Amino acid sequence: MAEGYQESGAGDGLDLTQFYQIFFEEAGENLDQMEQMLLNLNLETADDEALNGIFRCAHSVKGGAATFGFSDVAELTHQMESLLDKLRRHELQPNPLMVDVLLESADASRLLLARHQTGDTSDPPSTAGLVQRISELASGSVPMAAEPVVEVVPVVAAPAAPPPVAAAPAAKVPKVAASSRLLEVRLGPLERGEQADGVKDLFRDIVGLGRIAEVASDKPEIRVFKVRTTSADDELLDLFVFHVAREQVQIQQLPEEEGSVGWLDLEDPPAGAPVAPAPGYGFFENAPGGFDTAPAPAPAKAPAAVPVAARPAGGNAPAAAHAAQPEAATIRVAISKVDQLINLVGELVITQAMLAQNSQALDPAVNQQLLAGLADLDRNTRDLQESVMSIRMIPMSIVFSRFPRMLRDLASKLGKKVDFVTQGEATELDKGLVEKITDPLTHLVRNSCDHGIELPEDRLQAGKSETGTITLSAAHQGGSIVIEVRDDGRGLSREKILQKARERGIEVSDSMSDPDVWQLIFAPGFSTADVVTDVSGRGVGMDVVKKNIAALNGTVEIDSVVGQGMKVSVRLPLTLAIMDGMSVGVGEEVYILPLSSVVESFQVKDEAVNTVAQGSRLVKVRDEYMPVIELEKVFRVPRHGSDKASDIMVVVEAEGSRVALLVDELLGQQQVVVKNLETNYRKVPNVSGATILGDGQVALILDTSALVRRSRH
Amino acid sequence: MNEVIGETKTATMGAREYLTFRLGQEEYGIDILKVQEIRGYEKPTRIANVPEFIRGVVNLRGTIVPIVDMRLKFNCEKAEYNGFTVVIILNLYSRVVGIVVDSVSDVMELTSEQVRPAPDLDASLDNSAVLGLGSVNERMLILLDIEKLMAGVDMGLVSLGA
Repeated sequence: MAEGYQESGAGDGLDLTQFYQIFFEEAGENLDQMEQMLLNLNLETADDEALNGIFRCAHSVKGGAATFGFSDVAELTHQMESLLDKLRRHELQPNPLMVDVLLESADASRLLLARHQTGDTSDPPSTAGLVQRISELASGSVPMAAEPVVEVVPVVAAPAAPPPVAAAPAAKVPKVAASSRLLEVRLGPLERGEQADGVKDLFRDIVGLGRIAEVASDKPEIRVFKVRTTSADDELLDLFVFHVAREQVQIQQLPEEEGSVGWLDLEDPPAGAPVAPAPGYGFFENAPGGFDTAPAPAPAKAPAAVPVAARPAGGNAPAAAHAAQPEAATIRVAISKVDQLINLVGELVITQAMLAQNSQALDPAVNQQLLAGLADLDRNTRDLQESVMSIRMIPMSIVFSRFPRMLRDLASKLGKKVDFVTQGEATELDKGLVEKITDPLTHLVRNSCDHGIELPEDRLQAGKSETGTITLSAAHQGGSIVIEVRDDGRGLSREKILQKARERGIEVSDSMSDPDVWQLIFAPGFSTADVVTDVSGRGVGMDVVKKNIAALNGTVEIDSVVGQGMKVSVRLPLTLAIMDGMSVGVGEEVYILPLSSVVESFQVKDEAVNTVAQGSRLVKVRDEYMPVIELEKVFRVPRHGSDKASDIMVVVEAEGSRVALLVDELLGQQQVVVKNLETNYRKVPNVSGATILGDGQVALILDTSALVRRSRH
Repeated sequence: MNEVIGETKTATMGAREYLTFRLGQEEYGIDILKVQEIRGYEKPTRIANVPEFIRGVVNLRGTIVPIVDMRLKFNCEKAEYNGFTVVIILNLYSRVVGIVVDSVSDVMELTSEQVRPAPDLDASLDNSAVLGLGSVNERMLILLDIEKLMAGVDMGLVSLGA
């Protein structure tokens, strides 16, 4: 399997490294989620949702790893995926061995990812044993893996792992020892006291994890241990949850004592033998001194002050998986917090505008300081607003640019020739949306390449050029953002889908309309691929695509013509998107036109306008006649005072047609935050949303597509 | 939706607090728990082709909120907008809606004994949106099921089928 992946990181022209961080974060999240779901899995009555969920996690990690060329991770997760696929298809019954091996594999994947992240070039730990076990399990045979936890060793421990027991941190890897910590671990309240013994066994079984000794506890249901370890708290927790619930574990750092490290060398303390209670830790002092020089500096420093990132990266230390993770350069925050921030800043801007207005009447000479302060406030407010807005907005190019490389690798692997074209890269999209749309898009693009585009010889035979084209485009359209994935491949085969559906027991009839048939491919596990490849074909993808997009209140439409290609349109609502708008005045009101649809504006001369039947008017612009829409009439804008007739026209283009909108004045261009009217109100004809102007007033954003459609009737 | 209304009705059995406001000569009460805040009137942005009592939308700290003038809705004689005009911001079905009233009187606690079933009213409002009549010291309150009233199709506040 591994041969199929290219082992390379960056290069090939495009610098993929800029996406590494995102991938590592996502993969970490996926692995965490998978672990959680595995741990919560009820083996007797495992529900499909949970199994599908675990599968998707593995699939996402695999997809990303393959994209970025981390072949070892891709291979391991591919194996996991195969096993999980059988589970979710109920071809196999989940058993504890499987869960164990999957958890171990997740840990191993983390370790491998951490190595890639830190650029560790030493020999990677072998995953052959794991792969072997997974495939045995997947084939239905049950390997006699005695103690699953012990099995972690070959994975986590690198080949050159330090010899077990005392030696571990001391002489061989002094750096690790330098950051070893003394912890007090409280387990409980436990239903059964023996649960804690499992935790103790962990330290015996896992090389290099550290040492543990029991301390007398004040309560019978709580067991207290002293632990010396180099591992991070998270890592310990991850291990402990094999035996006790996460909530039952409390880890607390203890102050270091000079010479206390010697305690590490204690052989397994006699079970139940009470170790000296916390204060003083006197017994450490005379303990056999397995540690001499190396760890000495550590106690001198306050261990808590040693940042995780400062630990030696990678190396052969088994604890490196977490320790090696460099400090993240970004933070992830809940979208709701950013939303709140944006709203608050909006309020601030309005307040500021009000202050500015009220201060205009003040005498500049008398109120010089106040006015200077207000000017500063003005500038700061605007800067703040811009920064806050920019938190959420990212251009689609961030998403788009990860595809060329992926397609390149994919095409060469599949022996296909593919051109990749992107359009509308500058379309800015809410970060929340971008994150959620990236995965579905990846699936769609991958599917297009794998299923859509034919092999070069087939294409030639079909009278097409040897090279297929996949087009990815993004555009604002009315009140939505439409992202399209188009290919000029073979298109969907109606017969094949119907046949597959029947095989799967889905009720279908031959008279179904094409769109209904296409919708079938969104069923979970549905695949039209003849061969399951490591690229796609397991049916994961389309159901996830649909689910993810539906979660964003979006829709997916498929258009396909056999032999001509296929187009998947993803339509997303503008829950919160910034767009460039042109504000126009009509009467006393202000409307916003999406700048992307504005073609030109001009002052109209009477002779250019012709009236045709039923009073509708046409304007001639450079030999082209286009319908005139008087916004004043469409929106019934009241006119006060003098009957000034509008004489400015803005030509807008939408859905391939142009219309001229008659307005009173052009007020300017600005970035506007699109707000949904439907949140508290309802859909308004010809309006795609609303925005808040600098003065706090609401302005409606016009739906140019609707206006264009209107002119056609 | 029916569930919510049922809940509202049963809940009126105990003592509840009502925010009372005036529309013309009449005094109305609405469940205080539906009230988010009370604000002064500011000119909303007009929306074309909607009933007159929907005044438009305003910006409430970044949220676009529709404004309904209850006086126009209930055919009051006059509906003036001045510095004393009050907007009650309501939180209904996780939507935010503002209603314009003449004035807000006070908050009253009514026990179920103080609430009588509403007689058939010949009014512009749906009878089922009236929870009952409350009487406090010779004052009569028309207790409104404001949630039901606002969700009514004739209000046009929600998209049909939504």
